[in-house]
Amino acid sequence: MNAVSVLFRREMRLAMRQSADSVMVIAFFVIAVVLFPFGVGPEPNMLARIGPGVIWVAALLAAMLSMDRMFMGDYEDGSLELLVLSPVALEFVVLVKVLAHWLTTGLPLIVTAPLLFVMMNVPTEIWPVLLMTLLLGTPVLSLLGSVGAALVLGARRGGVLLSLLVLPLLIPVLIFAVGSGDAVLYGTGAKANLMLLGGVLLGSLALTPWAAAQALREAVA
Amino acid sequence: MAVFSGHNIDCVRGERQVLSGATFSLESGAALVLRGANGSGKSTLLRLMAGLMRPVAGAITWDGEDIADDPHEHNRRIAYIGHADAVKPALSVTENVSFWSELSGAGGMRATEALTALGIGHLADLPARYLSAGQRRRVTLTRMLTSGAPLWLLDEPTTALDQDTSDALRGLIDRHLASGGMAVISTHTDLGLASSGLLTLGAAS
Repeated sequence: MNAVSVLFRREMRLAMRQSADSVMVIAFFVIAVVLFPFGVGPEPNMLARIGPGVIWVAALLAAMLSMDRMFMGDYEDGSLELLVLSPVALEFVVLVKVLAHWLTTGLPLIVTAPLLFVMMNVPTEIWPVLLMTLLLGTPVLSLLGSVGAALVLGARRGGVLLSLLVLPLLIPVLIFAVGSGDAVLYGTGAKANLMLLGGVLLGSLALTPWAAAQALREAVA
Repeated sequence: MAVFSGHNIDCVRGERQVLSGATFSLESGAALVLRGANGSGKSTLLRLMAGLMRPVAGAITWDGEDIADDPHEHNRRIAYIGHADAVKPALSVTENVSFWSELSGAGGMRATEALTALGIGHLADLPARYLSAGQRRRVTLTRMLTSGAPLWLLDEPTTALDQDTSDALRGLIDRHLASGGMAVISTHTDLGLASSGLLTLGAAS
């Protein structure tokens, strides 16, 4: 357990010292959303209609930007081999990396989101439920991303390949997340959607560390 | 007295047979030096010994037990220094060294002692991005000292090191062996260790 916290502190320290990476993700998120009013016109009802979807898609793409670096640095400088040989089970290494990735990209995305809700004229009554979907959904991005990031180690243009691998898998998250907002507006309540999102989160929490760890073992062999 | 040995090890990378029938045996207090031309499989053999790869045929054993049977136990026994330095430029020298020693729950030297032993104690607080190649190599070598592991697997440890540090490294390895440790070292330069066997790897087909 102590070793896990040592690893976590190192991940956070590295992330803090290279905070430009997180800032870039947030900047991309904001700019991608800001482009839409210019593209589709500033009609408030139109923006309110597409707002949740646009914000979620932008969040997916922004998270993709940082995904390929989850293991890349350690792979290139040889640290990954040593992590494989360390007393910490590789599944826990993956979980720590995912947690650090979420804290440095997912969480800032959630904090930035209300600003974009205002910009896209998203009705205030669905703000809480949309924030809830981000809270449940962004960890799934990091978890599934870890499998993709581990699989593309050693590949040329890994970042692009990673998006092709992971984005299709994230479609259910997108559907349930945006569906929650609509459900509140139609008065049916978002409970079912949120529970499905929670299910996806728990499922990926249980399965992805094993898959990613296996991919990492293959990468260093 | 521990015995680390390998018998008739074959290894294939891609389509190419890198090792065929490599055999070695090593007891506490002894070192094994791997020699051979570039591409003769020295690094591959060290990676097999570390358990990063599995041999296609043959087995590597510690006291008669296959190392693949209990990888976690084997990880505790080894300090592996590969080609790559695994030094993070964004962290300070001390942070780099103590991360690996704390991660392994080390029973070996403390970080500051290890840095002093390799002659870079004065660089402790410097961000690692300002280190020269040789200094970075020395930071990497501290891992074998802090780990407290009985078996050192060193892949070209003297790369980028100056003569004085190479001599210091030899002294450290000799001391490790004298206290009952083992070491497997791949090298092109003669380290002149007190007690060492030699395994020459030929170019396999």
